[in-house]
Amino acid sequence: MTSPTSANNRLVLRLITVVVGMFGFGFALVPLYDVFCDITGINGKTDNKAAVRTVDEIDKNREITVEFITRTNSGMPWEFRAETQKVLVHPGEVNTVAFYVRNPASSNIIAQAIPSVSPGQAALYLNKTECFCFNQQPLQAGQEAWMPMSFYVDTSLPEDITYFTLQYTLYDVTARATDLMESDNPYLRQPVSGSR
Amino acid sequence: MTKATETLMPEHTAAHDNLSHEHDHHEHHGAPAGLMRWVLTTNHKDIGTLYLWFAFIMFLVGGAMAMVIRAELFQPGLQIVDPNFFNQMTTVHGLIMVFGAVMPAFTGLANWLIPMMIGAPDMALPRMNNWSFWILPFAFSMLLGSLFMEGGGPAFGWTFYAPLSTTYSSDSTALFVFSVHIMGISSIMGAINVIVTIFNMRAPSMTWMKMPLFVWTWLITAFLLIAVMPVLAGAVTMVLTDKFFGTSFFDAAGGGDPVMFQHIFWFFGHPEVYIMILPAFGIISQIVPTFARKRLFGYASMVYATASIALLSFIVWAHHMFTTGMPVFAEMFFMFATMLISVPTGVKVFNWVATMWRGSMTFEIPMLFALAFIVLFTIGGLSGLMLAITPVDFQYHDTYFVVAHFHYVLVTGAVFSIMAAVYYWLPKWTGKMFNITLAKWHFWCSLISVNVLFFPMHFVGLAGMPRRIPDYSLQFADYNQWISIGGFAFGLSQLIFLVLVIKACRKEGEPVTSQVWEGAEGLEWEIPSPAPYHTFETPPKVK
Repeated sequence: MTSPTSANNRLVLRLITVVVGMFGFGFALVPLYDVFCDITGINGKTDNKAAVRTVDEIDKNREITVEFITRTNSGMPWEFRAETQKVLVHPGEVNTVAFYVRNPASSNIIAQAIPSVSPGQAALYLNKTECFCFNQQPLQAGQEAWMPMSFYVDTSLPEDITYFTLQYTLYDVTARATDLMESDNPYLRQPVSGSR
Repeated sequence: MTKATETLMPEHTAAHDNLSHEHDHHEHHGAPAGLMRWVLTTNHKDIGTLYLWFAFIMFLVGGAMAMVIRAELFQPGLQIVDPNFFNQMTTVHGLIMVFGAVMPAFTGLANWLIPMMIGAPDMALPRMNNWSFWILPFAFSMLLGSLFMEGGGPAFGWTFYAPLSTTYSSDSTALFVFSVHIMGISSIMGAINVIVTIFNMRAPSMTWMKMPLFVWTWLITAFLLIAVMPVLAGAVTMVLTDKFFGTSFFDAAGGGDPVMFQHIFWFFGHPEVYIMILPAFGIISQIVPTFARKRLFGYASMVYATASIALLSFIVWAHHMFTTGMPVFAEMFFMFATMLISVPTGVKVFNWVATMWRGSMTFEIPMLFALAFIVLFTIGGLSGLMLAITPVDFQYHDTYFVVAHFHYVLVTGAVFSIMAAVYYWLPKWTGKMFNITLAKWHFWCSLISVNVLFFPMHFVGLAGMPRRIPDYSLQFADYNQWISIGGFAFGLSQLIFLVLVIKACRKEGEPVTSQVWEGAEGLEWEIPSPAPYHTFETPPKVK
């Protein structure tokens, strides 16, 4: 027989382990959430690194409409628009769309674009080979730029998806990334196909 | 006390011996006098009293904030407070009622009753018990103090959704976070204490399936607490670092996701609402058999139903988030899982009704509150079932219909059960019968006013009145006037309760027997009234 005190201590210790474990679980939910959304694609997030195109099969029989929506977060003064509102693409074919930004403010601002695809499932089949959203984008006061985004839609896109929307929201991240202002925006003087 | 022990019946001589034995060395550890008794006490009855008084004071403070809300909403337009202060009132009202009133009241009842019900001399960890109470006043002073800071207190709703609580909150958010941390630590310590007490300190013949249902429901609640309070602590910590230390858990610009906040919060939040109702189920299951003079119908099914509700509470959280744009299969899953909860809850309601069926019912004050609980809680449960239906939730979401729903389950549910419990056990605690005339006034005033207060909220909610807004369209004016009148009346009715409890604590009233109520059964009714400072130093025999 163990004494009541040691029985209490053992139980308390176990319960504290549960408490510490659940505190950790609360934080573990953060990566779990990302992994879960990544696998199921339910929150419409796209990959934030460049996809490498491995096959050049193009499915000419299907046509997918991709619509672009641009918006800026509240308090973000930039002008932001896509060169075209909609494109018709064949699955497998690489397309490039340019996005126009201008910083009308009197201060230098660094922006981060966050993509969101609707319906969310389509996010799994949207592959970007190049995107301004992979990096933070600095613009000095009054500067403007055309920023490119190249993508292809995977040929395994489910048959029922014929139309999806890709939305970019620009956030002002100057406060957390001031060191970037040293360099210029890489897209500043770079001619982009379709720019005018 | 000797006088009281003489009233014991012969079969209770074991308890009698035990009591007189303990009386011999009362000089060594009786109740010391003065203020320090309450600061230093490790006695479960003292700590129970402290918790209950603290909860009552917080109930009145939170209630005063509700009066501000109802005064502002008496008429359309902005007249009494500015919108930022209105937001602080809705936020702090919610926080105080959840963490300051309902939860500490249940912990106070657990402290008073669990040792007496299972035949234990005290809680298993008395010093921790003292700590878990005495950190609470600091937590709530901090929270209330933040209201007086520049920029005001928390104004983002008790659910503190990001980015309202991160990007758009005032600097006092740090105080809010720390006070929630302390409240969480307090409840976790209280829960650990309850679990250890029930596991290790039951009288030898008190087997699991002989435990009173209040003990069972509290045991399951305590497991819910240690499972989800740490998740809440994690959520507020992430809010703190997002706001002050540049992390981006919930900030899309930095790669986080504000919707994830809602997932984490409601993973805590849904079990939390059962933390606030399971002990209420236990209380009602104690009271109804007493006044129906029958054994509880379906004891075992009550235990299993409680455990099922607790387990299901972990897989329904996203029904709070139907409008966040979840995929349809997730909405279907959470809708059906939520509806499933009405099965074990229905088992409980039918068991109570079956207990009363052909019983010799009498309608003493605790029974009145218990009956009001059963009817009004069921109304709240039914509106919950309506909210669970995904397509219609898009209409009900964030309207006064939701406010009506959770006030029916929390005010006429949890709070009414706490009042029922206080009326039921108060004579045991003080040794005197409370003032029954005042109690009747309290019951009937509360019952009528609470329905004038919350029932019309269903109608304005269905008609589209949004919650948490200090103004409303003109067509809602008449109903809101009724709601406010009901609110003021309900608030005033609680002052009757305050007077009654103060009179009871001053030991006014007729002395009661050890059994108090004719049909009452259980160990706590076999010890004298008032319950002596120390009970069951040698374990009792359980029939």
